[in-house]
Amino acid sequence: MSDAGYPDDLLYHPEHDWARIEAGESQEATLGITWYAQDALGEVVFFEAPAVGTRLVQGSPYAEVESVKAVSDVVAPLSGEIVAVNDALEDSPQLINEDPYGEGWMVRIAPSDPGEREQLMDAEAYSATLGG
Amino acid sequence: MLATIGVGSVQELFDCQIPAGVRLGRALDLPAGMGEQDVYAHLRELASRNVSAEQEISFLGAGMYDHYVPALIDMLMERSEFLTPYTPYQPEISQGGLQVMFEYQTAICELTGLPVSNASVYEGPSAVAAAGYLAKLHNGRDRLVVSAGLHPHSIQTLRTLAHGYGMSVVEVPLVDGVTDVEAWTEAIDADTSAAIFAQPNFYGAVEDAAALSAAAKSAAGGEGKAPVVVAQVDPIALGVLAAPGECGVDVAVGEGQPLGNRLDYGGPSFGLFAAREEYLRRMPGRIAGETVDVAGRRGFVLTLQTREQHIRREKATSNICTSQALNALAGVVYLAWLGRRGIVELGELLLARTHYARETLTALEGVEALHTQPVIRELAVRLDPDIDLAAVKARCARAGVNPGVDIHALTARESDRGGLLVAITEQRARADIDRLADVLGAAVAAERRREAVPA
Repeated sequence: MSDAGYPDDLLYHPEHDWARIEAGESQEATLGITWYAQDALGEVVFFEAPAVGTRLVQGSPYAEVESVKAVSDVVAPLSGEIVAVNDALEDSPQLINEDPYGEGWMVRIAPSDPGEREQLMDAEAYSATLGG
Repeated sequence: MLATIGVGSVQELFDCQIPAGVRLGRALDLPAGMGEQDVYAHLRELASRNVSAEQEISFLGAGMYDHYVPALIDMLMERSEFLTPYTPYQPEISQGGLQVMFEYQTAICELTGLPVSNASVYEGPSAVAAAGYLAKLHNGRDRLVVSAGLHPHSIQTLRTLAHGYGMSVVEVPLVDGVTDVEAWTEAIDADTSAAIFAQPNFYGAVEDAAALSAAAKSAAGGEGKAPVVVAQVDPIALGVLAAPGECGVDVAVGEGQPLGNRLDYGGPSFGLFAAREEYLRRMPGRIAGETVDVAGRRGFVLTLQTREQHIRREKATSNICTSQALNALAGVVYLAWLGRRGIVELGELLLARTHYARETLTALEGVEALHTQPVIRELAVRLDPDIDLAAVKARCARAGVNPGVDIHALTARESDRGGLLVAITEQRARADIDRLADVLGAAVAAERRREAVPA
């Protein structure tokens, strides 16, 4: 399992989902769940990403992540259309536990509204919501 | 306890909690109690109004069949280790029961030719309905196309659940006793979630399962659009029929009663549910899995519980949170008792006797075959329209024979008027079939003579 941490270069949604705005003109956003979420879930055994082309709505669930004991909604931190999914998670769902911000990325979207970023938190604000 | 909650009496508790408008306000109107001896006599009198398959030569079928249940099954079912436990949520103390589930699942997979099975559901018709919901979870579509050859109880149950799930049900008619392939292909489109048929069908006919599956898949136009192909199967008939998995069927469901369970006035029994691996996470019901413990020893657990209600709540694959463990135990013991060779021999025996029964009965005046398709263990005949089927059945009953099920009473289809569904099991010897022919022939003739006399 990875160490607890909330990278500074990410934006966070209160339902424990992160977004990384990629460099480059397209400003695509890679999405995943935070260290806190994977820790609460326990060992992830299954994740199936929705198909490329699916439209996400900020704040709405777009997938489910399953651990041995629970199933949790994965909430979209930003609205947009899926342009890529992490196929590796089909055979290796544990990447979500081991590397939630790197190899455990879930989907990449083309955000439909750059203004939505304002509503997300930075690492410091998100950590503060997690309490002591 | 009353003192702790600050109430003076139980009556006071009811008075302050239950609104006056819904209270009965008087004593219940019950008859006086009876002594044990009188209760026994009363129940005995009620029971004597039933006629069981032990007391008459019964050709009743239509989904549940009077097969022989060996004493071995009762002996095992009555063991307290199997009879008394609840759901095996604590695997450490439930290895015996979980192993039985695992063996049962394995047997169902071998019988159906499909790689995954659950530990059983309640019975056949609700298994069909559950398969309809699995299709919706899988492809998100809302249209169910069903053959009119599906058991009427399955169609009714499917319609009930479909209504709740916002799905529509379209029925495809039969032609000469089997599903009209042209109408089937016509009815299936890219909006179809599942295409469902029975094998053998309700009228006893053997369907071309491979053709129906293939037609369903190509009718929708393309791999990604294919509906889930579901077959409701008779497990006994699988001894001589091609396994559904080998015929392109995606989900095989069925009524498990014929495997080691008695008629018991309609239940309890169990439903079987098997599918291709890709549907595993959408399957309802319990699933037993094989694993190893901390010492590396082989063991069994309930697995994939994240499909179920206690974890997934309203997003669960089903409202069912149980299995019919005891009835499924009878089922797997029965299959082990019959063995691979036995189930084939049984099927061949039924084939021979059922065709003999159809030949013999259709040779009678006033009785014709409802269809001429190949049959395995059940056949459908029709009495001439001028003959009162109910009166014929009553005459047969007086002669100690139950000739079968009034088809129209179950299906309400006009074309089924006068139809009789006759079921054959290994307990109906050739001599019994001859007796049926004699009794039915005499009853039909008597009714004809009676009808010819002005009322």
